[in-house]
Amino acid sequence: MKSVNQLAVLEKHDIRFAEKLVEPLTAAGVEILQINVGKRCNLSCRHCHVEAGGDRKEVMRRDVFDACLEAAAKNIDINTIDVTGGAPEMNPFLKDFIKEAAKLGKRLIVRSNLVILAEDGYSGYAGLYADNGVEIVSSLPDCDETRADRQRGAGFFRKFVRVAKKLNEMGYGRPGSGLILNLVHNPVGAYLPASQPVLEQDYRVRLKNSFGIDFNSLYCINNMPVGRYLDFLIASGNYDDYMRTLTEAFNPGAVKDVMCRKTVSVSWEGTLYDCDFNQMLGLPVDAEYSAHIGEFDMERLGNRPIVLHNHCYGCTAGEGSSCQGSLQ
Amino acid sequence: MGQNYYESEDLADFPGITEYAKKQGNKFFDYYRASTSAGKLSEREKSLIALAVAMTQNCPYCIDAYTNKCLSLGIGEEEMMEAVHVGSAMMAGITLVHSTQMRKIIRKKAM
Repeated sequence: MKSVNQLAVLEKHDIRFAEKLVEPLTAAGVEILQINVGKRCNLSCRHCHVEAGGDRKEVMRRDVFDACLEAAAKNIDINTIDVTGGAPEMNPFLKDFIKEAAKLGKRLIVRSNLVILAEDGYSGYAGLYADNGVEIVSSLPDCDETRADRQRGAGFFRKFVRVAKKLNEMGYGRPGSGLILNLVHNPVGAYLPASQPVLEQDYRVRLKNSFGIDFNSLYCINNMPVGRYLDFLIASGNYDDYMRTLTEAFNPGAVKDVMCRKTVSVSWEGTLYDCDFNQMLGLPVDAEYSAHIGEFDMERLGNRPIVLHNHCYGCTAGEGSSCQGSLQ
Repeated sequence: MGQNYYESEDLADFPGITEYAKKQGNKFFDYYRASTSAGKLSEREKSLIALAVAMTQNCPYCIDAYTNKCLSLGIGEEEMMEAVHVGSAMMAGITLVHSTQMRKIIRKKAM
């Protein structure tokens, strides 16, 4: 669905997110530079807010990568570079970017679906990630094969297990290795996740006992009513109920910790957004505060007003949600 | 006021049961939280028990709440259905075991 149509659907929700806040939401610095390097992906997950897939053409160019590196290098307050997609590995410039970004000595995250590392031409990424201390974050919606495949496509789960075991052998997810493998749980349906510590323990036991897989942490992320997940909510007749659930679960205590307050999200073209969801909805940062990564202004971006819409309920529901998991 | 006796939105009014009797209502919620949160039994186990009870009591609010909770906890469809069968078997057994009373009376009364 086009972003303008998605916004029209979200607009219909009659309890405005912005009206829930006691004061306007503003940034509190920029610590995380989240870079969406493109929408191409080897998967076409049913919940994907990016609506990524093999047919997408949007891929970040080298000059935009260079501008990201420059912004990260110049601004010491940026302590984390967080690479996402699509499948980031399908961007032909990613390997060079990883090597250069690692030299900056910041926390370097790649959000990988892992299964691409089992595809021809991509197996070298595991070694590249390990050599450059890349923290891998990977979505595993469920420890059950049927449910995981239902969301991410037939055959996903078995490939995931195979690659995760290989990463474990390299030290990823194992204590003392310094190589971090974090997993993401997001519900396979129109409901919110249970508490992160409970699900983390469940994942840890089930993955270890059934497959011998180790990981560091589990991030629970609420599905946002954006992209294919919004399509699913509408088609399944769950939209109103899900929005009501998110609204009723609004947690004022989570607002101060929402990720956008310390993040700037960069699109494949270099346009700046408050988060990856705003990016997909076509809601950029107001140009007055820096419109493009090439004109990154820490002072202005660090104090910018956050662009809000009703999908923002997704980050403040229950325990709160972010790309780093629950907020509490 | 909706057109149906049960409206799904009414589930959100559960905290409203404290209205007119705040003290008792609050005590109920303290008890409810203590009973349904993890203890010696895990949250998963307690949620499956609650789901089975919800079925046996035909409570649409509880079925809604605990089906969602079980899904949130990553409990599988097959596990949930097994819990429903436990409730179902218990209800069948409870019905049938009471035939003892009926049969005792029959034996006493019949010539």
